[in-house]
Formats: sequence, C-alpha cells, structure tokens
Amino acid sequence: MKTIAELEAIREKTLKEVGMRTDNDSIRVVVGMATCGIAAGARPVMQAFLTETQKRDIHNVTVTATGCIGVCSLEPIVDIIDKEGHKVTYVNMTPEKVAKVVLEHLANGKVCSEYTLKENQ
Amino acid sequence: MQLFRSHVLVCGGTGCTSSNSEAIMTELNEKLVKNQLDAEVKVVQTGCFGLCEEGPIMVIYPEGTMYCRVDVKDVPEIVEEHLLKGRLVTRLLEASSQVQEDEQDIEKSSFFKKQLRVALRNCGRINPEEIDEYIAFDGYKALTKALTEMSPGEVIQTIKDSGLRGRGGGGFPTGTKWDFAAQQINDEKYVCCNADEGDPGAFMDRSVLEGDPHSVIEAMTIAGYAIGATHGFVYVRAEYPIAVHRLQIAIDQAREYGLLGDNILDTGFKFDLEIRLGAGAFVCGEETALMTSIEGKRGEPRVRPPFPAVKGLWQKPTILNNVETFANIPVILLKGADWFASMGTERSKGTKVFAVGGKINNTGLVEIPMGTTLREVVYEIGGGIPGGKQFKAAQTGGPSGGCIPASHIDTPIDYESLIELGAMMGSGGLIVMDEDTCMVDIAKFFLEFTVDESCGKCTPCRLGTRRMKDILEKITKGKGVMSDIDELETLARDIKASSLCALGQTAPNPVLSTLHYFRDEYEAHIRDKKCPAGSCKALLAYEIIEENCKSCGLCAKNCPVNAISGNKKEKIPFVIDPTVCVKCGVCFEKCPFEAIKK
Repeated sequence: MKTIAELEAIREKTLKEVGMRTDNDSIRVVVGMATCGIAAGARPVMQAFLTETQKRDIHNVTVTATGCIGVCSLEPIVDIIDKEGHKVTYVNMTPEKVAKVVLEHLANGKVCSEYTLKENQ
Repeated sequence: MQLFRSHVLVCGGTGCTSSNSEAIMTELNEKLVKNQLDAEVKVVQTGCFGLCEEGPIMVIYPEGTMYCRVDVKDVPEIVEEHLLKGRLVTRLLEASSQVQEDEQDIEKSSFFKKQLRVALRNCGRINPEEIDEYIAFDGYKALTKALTEMSPGEVIQTIKDSGLRGRGGGGFPTGTKWDFAAQQINDEKYVCCNADEGDPGAFMDRSVLEGDPHSVIEAMTIAGYAIGATHGFVYVRAEYPIAVHRLQIAIDQAREYGLLGDNILDTGFKFDLEIRLGAGAFVCGEETALMTSIEGKRGEPRVRPPFPAVKGLWQKPTILNNVETFANIPVILLKGADWFASMGTERSKGTKVFAVGGKINNTGLVEIPMGTTLREVVYEIGGGIPGGKQFKAAQTGGPSGGCIPASHIDTPIDYESLIELGAMMGSGGLIVMDEDTCMVDIAKFFLEFTVDESCGKCTPCRLGTRRMKDILEKITKGKGVMSDIDELETLARDIKASSLCALGQTAPNPVLSTLHYFRDEYEAHIRDKKCPAGSCKALLAYEIIEENCKSCGLCAKNCPVNAISGNKKEKIPFVIDPTVCVKCGVCFEKCPFEAIKK
C-alpha cells in the first residue's frame, strides 16, 4: 500500500519524465544532428546533455535535434534558447564541454563564453 | 528512471489499432535500436487523440508534432529525419490543418483549437497502462483530497455546485443523484459505471476507458466515499476488448498501489471494483436493465420508482453514472465547482464529448464547451463536408434522438436547446448528413436498430416499432399512401406513452423529428414516388440525357446486367432498359460527360 507521501513522490518523479508533453516554456537545447554534426560527434554531445541534466536534476530543459545550419566546420553546434527566446550558440562541442555548460549555463544561468560562436570564429 | 529527450506517442485506440498502429510501434522500436536512439527516444502507446479520420496518429514531443495516416513504411523516414536529424517529415503533417512548419504544434491545428479537453484530458497524453503517468498528471490527487480534506457531504455539495449532469443521455444532475443514495441508510450500497455504450456511432466511453481508465477508477472510488459504498461494478460491453483489457490492468495496478482495497492511502477507507461484461444488448444501457444483468439475470428493465438510488443492485441503494460523467469528477474536485460551472451555458455546465461521424471530413472524437454551435463543430472542428456538398441535417442522440436541420445550424449545443429542437444530447453521437441522405431512409435505419434491440417486454415497443418500420419500408419502396403518415404519428404517440423504459419511449423520435422537419420528403416518396435525395433505390430511374451523350459506350461496357444498348458507328443512341436495370449506379459514376441522370 502506498501512503499519500509516497504517491506524491511518484508524481514528482514521473512528472520530470513526462512533463515535456505539456510544458512548452522550458529552456531548449538544440543539437545540430545533420550528417556533418553526427560525423563531428553530435551523438555523444546529445547523450551528454541528457545524462548531465539528469545528474544535476535539471528538468526545465528539453533537448531536441535540428538539421545543418551551414557552418559544418564548427560542428557539433548546440543552441541554448531560453524562455524569452534569447539564443546562445556553442560550437565545437564535446561531452566534456557539455558538462561545464550544463553546470554553468543551465544550472546557474552563466554563459560559458569561451565555447560560444562569438569567441571561436 | 531514465530521462528521454523525446517521447513518441502512438495512438493505441481501437480505430488506430485496426489500422495497424501496433505494427508501427514495433517497427519504431526496431528502427530506434538500429539508429542507436533507443536510449534517447521513448515510444509510448496512448489512448485516442480524437482525429480518427487521419489515423494512425503519432505525436512527437517536446515539439508536439502530429503525424497523420502513418504507415509502417514511413517509420524509417520519421526516425532518420525527425528523430535523428530534427527535420520535419512534412508530407505526414495533419493535412486538414494547413499548419506551417513553424506552427507545427497540434494544439494550434483547426481540429484541436476550438476544443476543450476535460473528460478527455489524458487521452493521447499518457500511457493508459502506466499508473505512474496518470499520477504524474494529478492522478489520484482528487481522491487524496476527498479522503483527507473533505467530508462525504462536502464532496456531494461540490459536485452539485458544479452543475455536472449525466453524460449518458438523461442529463440528470449527478450531485443530486449521489445525494439521494447518500441519504439512504443501508448496510451495503453500490457504485456502478455504465460503459455499455450502445448508440451506433458513439465511442467516447470506449475512448476514455482505453485512454484514461484510472480517471474512472478514481472517480468511482470518490463516489463510493461520498455515498458510503464499498463495492463497485463497471458494466462494459464485451465488444470493447482493448477497453476491457486496459481497465483490468488499471484496476490491478490501483490495487497494487493500495488505491483500491481495504485501507486506501492509509485512511481506513475501503473500496473495490469489478468488471462485468455485457453481451451487447442495447437495452442493457438502460439503468434498471443494466443492474438486472449484473445480477446475472436476463437484461430487462423494470418499473421505476423505486429508483436505483433507493433500491438498485440486489435491492440496495446504487448509483449508476456514465463513463464520461465519472471522467469529469476528479478534475471538478481538484479545480473546484466554480471552475467547472464557468464553462458552458446557463443550465448545461462543462464540456461534452461528441463522436462526429457521417458525411464529414474529420471523423473523430471532439470535446467542446457546452453552447458551442453546430456550425462550429461541423465546419471548423469537423473540417466541413466532403466533396463540397451541402449540409442537410445532423442526427444527435442516435436511435433515441432526432435531427437538427440546416436551418438550425447556429443553435448552441446544450441539453435544453437540443430538446427544444426535438433532438436530444444522448450519449453524444453526432451523425452529419448531406444532400444525398434521404431522411425517410435514415428514420428507417434507426427504427431497424430499435426493432432489433427492443427487449420485447412491452408490446407497444416490441410490435409497434416493427409496424412503424414496415410502414417506412413501404414508403421507401414507393408503395406508401398518404394515410401512412397519420398512422406513423399515431403509433409514435402510443409507443412513447406506453413503453416502460427509455428505449421504447424514445424509439419513435427519429421518425417524429424527420416528419417535423422533412415532411415534404415523406410526401414526395408517397405522392410523387420520388426520392428527392436520390438514395431510395426503388424510386430511382437512371436515364441517359441524349444531348450530353457522346456515345462513348463506357456505360454499356461497365453495366453488369447489360441493360444499356446503343452503337456509335451505326448511330443508334444509347438507352437504358428500365426493366433490366438493377439501379446499381455504375453507369452514373463511370460517365465522363454527366450524361446520366437519376
């Protein structure tokens, strides 16, 4: 038998998993997953976003894929778009860089400027 | 727990399952593994989304992209394009919504925009076989609230204040019904759920049970608490195997979590549920017949009063509510009576689910606030009538209801307005008819249904409906006489006055309502021996219009009985021999020059 507290715990836990089906105002992490992106290592980058956000218990974030935006030489490219629509573009991403971006940008709201497009052109 | 970046929801309702959605899911899982996406993307089987016309339906979150008429061979493209590369498979987007690429969210499509999903809130959003997903979207929260913060009287008062009325057809105030049962003093009371959805064309109860079975379980438990019952029965027809299967899974999961059983949520409250299968008799949707059937006897209605709230199942106080009514209960307790009462019209609160079918583009299940007009349902949500044909009428309430003609298309849909028009809300079947539908034929169709389904207990219903059907048959064969209309009206009045249950009391309604609005069609059948809609075969005669005929011979070539003769070379005009013609209509369809009239 479940108690009321246990029921509440199940609700919270499951909502993190299924919340994306209703909640549309979360931060969006968009990973370039065209052929160029995948060849440059976008798959492990995508995976890293999923595991890192889960590890840090961040759940107002949706991770999605997009096609090629044209600067294939800078792939894997990741856009992070906040609720107001402001976009930060990270380039030449690796799983190690993702760990830092998740911690600083997603958890603490500080842009990791050393990885952004601006600094790497 | 594993977080996935994307959820692919595939409809597992009866409609989409019959168009192969299970194979789509299998293929999807295989292709995800092949593309190494199985750790990132989760496949979820859900209940009905409502847009059955466009099924099988697939919705991909977080984007909320809806793909329609998905085939197994579309799956590799969806996986490789959408899921892997993030590119839309535009050819599978909902065709009727004309959505742009930047506005691909299903909520914004014309089919969903005007809808307000309360009873169907979880259908197409959760996996009905996972109790945790129901709990995540506030499931069993209303039960917790009722058991810990509210007295049974407060629960009943909330339902009363909300203005919720029975969604099965009668429209009786639910809170009042519960109150009657609560006032009875007895050692045993019962809560029953009527899932014996019998109206031809209505399938909302099936969809709720398939897509969100826990909402019904939760509501029945709340009802048990409110009236002081410890046992419940869901009477569901055996023709709904998916619904029965998912409901049983849900009951087992609820028992495992202690949400059904002896000491629910550690509050000491006790309630349990059982499923009873119906064999598909329409009369068993009538409350007294349904309870007689649960008792193991032949399903026949009995005299009321005593009403079930006083003497129901095994002579104990019983409440019986429809599936859709129950599905509204948990939300009302959570969001409050005022919230619910703020939707709808003066005397009809909340929303109503309609199964829209017939001559309409978007066949499916829609939930609208009470007071939405028929025009909005047909032309906006329903996407209009195929082939640019004219709207003629809509039948609501199935074989018990009546039709709403085109002149009343702007009527707001609520209990009172429909009754005023001689139709009724019924369980929510809405059959759209266009200019090609013959109203006498429709009346005959519904009477054939009631003749088959009359249980036979009352003579007026058993024999009277058959007599009415015979007269209608005579009229559609061109053998009617004018006095037949009077006889139909007399029979209708007598059957209504002298039948015991609603089946007989309402059986003549389709005839009365079509006679009221389309009397000229009846008269045309009788006096002119013509069917104005061109649908009654016996009254049809196919003819070739000589001026339009180019003597191509296509009609003669396709005629299955060689009723058409003529020759181009010898300049013998083409004619149809009416004594040989079987009126199959093939020549009419095949003629490229519209040279054949009926």
